[in-house]
Amino acid sequence: MNRFFLFGSTAMPAAAVDVPRSRSPLAAAGARFMRNRAALIALALLLLIVVVCFSGPLLLPNNPIDSDWSSISLAPTLQGAHWFGTDELGRDLLVRTLAGGRVSLEVGLLGTLVSGLIGVAYGAVAGYAGGRTDAVLMRIVDMMYAIPYMLIAILMMTLFGRAFYLVVLTISAFSWLDMARVVRGQTLTLRTREFVDAARATGVKPWMIIARHIVPNLLGVVVVYASVTVPSIVLTESVLSFLGLGVQEPMTSWGVLIQDGAQKLEAMPWLLLCPALMLCVTLYCVSFVGDGLRDAFDPKEH
Amino acid sequence: MALLEVSRLGVRFARHGGAAVDAVQDVSFSLDSGRTLGIVGESGSGKSQTVMALLGLIASNGTVTGEAAYGGQNLLQMNTRELNRIRGERIAMIFQDPMTSLNPFLTIERQMTETLQLHRDMTRRAARARAIEALEQVRIPDAARRIGMYPHEFSGGMRQRVMIAMALLCEPDILIADEPTTALDVTVQAQIIELLRELNRERGTAIILITHDMGVVAGLCDDVMVMYAGRTVEQASARALFAAPRHPYTVGLLNALPRLSDASDAPLRTIPGNPPLPGTAGAGCAFAPRCAYAFDLCRRERPVLRAYEDGARACHKPAGEMAGLRVGVHA
Repeated sequence: MNRFFLFGSTAMPAAAVDVPRSRSPLAAAGARFMRNRAALIALALLLLIVVVCFSGPLLLPNNPIDSDWSSISLAPTLQGAHWFGTDELGRDLLVRTLAGGRVSLEVGLLGTLVSGLIGVAYGAVAGYAGGRTDAVLMRIVDMMYAIPYMLIAILMMTLFGRAFYLVVLTISAFSWLDMARVVRGQTLTLRTREFVDAARATGVKPWMIIARHIVPNLLGVVVVYASVTVPSIVLTESVLSFLGLGVQEPMTSWGVLIQDGAQKLEAMPWLLLCPALMLCVTLYCVSFVGDGLRDAFDPKEH
Repeated sequence: MALLEVSRLGVRFARHGGAAVDAVQDVSFSLDSGRTLGIVGESGSGKSQTVMALLGLIASNGTVTGEAAYGGQNLLQMNTRELNRIRGERIAMIFQDPMTSLNPFLTIERQMTETLQLHRDMTRRAARARAIEALEQVRIPDAARRIGMYPHEFSGGMRQRVMIAMALLCEPDILIADEPTTALDVTVQAQIIELLRELNRERGTAIILITHDMGVVAGLCDDVMVMYAGRTVEQASARALFAAPRHPYTVGLLNALPRLSDASDAPLRTIPGNPPLPGTAGAGCAFAPRCAYAFDLCRRERPVLRAYEDGARACHKPAGEMAGLRVGVHA
């Protein structure tokens, strides 16, 4: 390794030294992640699920809404046209599971994105500003924690109807609170680091310090925390749908399908099993990926 | 007129459910352009807080009093916006630990050009060229390529060079160096000090050097201010101070330096005891409990800083009786 020159040595011609390409801490974390086999398999499986959920309903011959009255309540079979079977209205469960998965994943990813953006901005500002601003901002978060989100969800759905964007909005409106707390805590420790003092000492404006010096250093925590938020939001959506507060029929989601299946568990167990299995596999994958990310960003911990 | 004239500077920190703590009290000094001032003292003597106060970097529970006149303005009265025009531009600072004072997620180039784009309104390309030039000035080999690297790819000494290069970008009038060599190897320390000395000689940059290392002061500084428990106890030119220290604490600091002429098994001459905890100062001299020359008056009444021929000191013991306390000084 000839990366560190000795003092006093004069500049060497670039060609003479074999220098590894310069790598950012982010790229280094990425490389560590790529060496984690379990996390990689989980990531591949997750991508496969995403691709299948988004493309399946377009490619498969059946569609999730139309009934096929000649094939009602069929059990799953690999021979026929309905691998996952059909429900009591003769709708193909495979297509419905995939279409539902699309909605669940969209809610999960969109919700995580929105809550991440709000949470990072809010937490970083509170943590960096400190003092009274921090106290006021965090008390607002505490107050929001005290509001039962289910009550708000019920209110929203009954007042404005059950719509996809409302589900995302309602879930994001509450899930950013955790992110804000995590980010604020991390910012408090970052703020005391010397490079932040150094930036202040060179006259960098406060919002620039947050944007360029605080937020990039939060990335590890944020990515890891986001990987916990995705399953929690997917689950929340399922719970809402299970209670009949989620997306509106004929739109479906894993939560809607599971609720449906649970009611017909004895007669048609596959209606519960198939979407529940998909949900479980997806959530497992996300948490494996999350574990991998945590290890990649914090190699000393393990 | 002095470049920077600090008078009666005080820094006080409020504490939750407790009396406020005075970290710095009644500190005054002046810095002429092209001069180097060393601020010396043990950990907790208030030397860092003194310079942090000048740049508005005091923690939010701190209040700063006094005056710091720079270019006809009082630095201590400025708001963030006014300070930002001076920090990094006219007064630059380098920090103690080069391992933590660079942002690990930004390349050296981005961190350096940030300053230039901020103060000089340079284009990215011009800023990059200027940054490379600054890195070459602090003798970083192969600067044009290394500027694209991340901090973790540099050694400690190299990072401190990068920090110095960053501080030099806008050619400041004053460079504040807060223990710039403490975290470095001895051989690297000497190189950094040499670099600072060159800077001072060739560009006339005034330097405030904070250190607890008397050897570093001897190598670099024109003037010295010795601080103890938040107050100035002695001020003099480095030459006068090393030749004849007039405060028992300064004597102790100088005696604590091991010398090559010592027998290898000779015990180190330490100052017994510890500095007082902040906020525990009594009525007398803060150094009295550790002072070999303390008498009744020292414990009753705090000595004020009094000027003498070419310096000032805060001690009840007559300066004449302090002579001869120091053995074989090499300044």
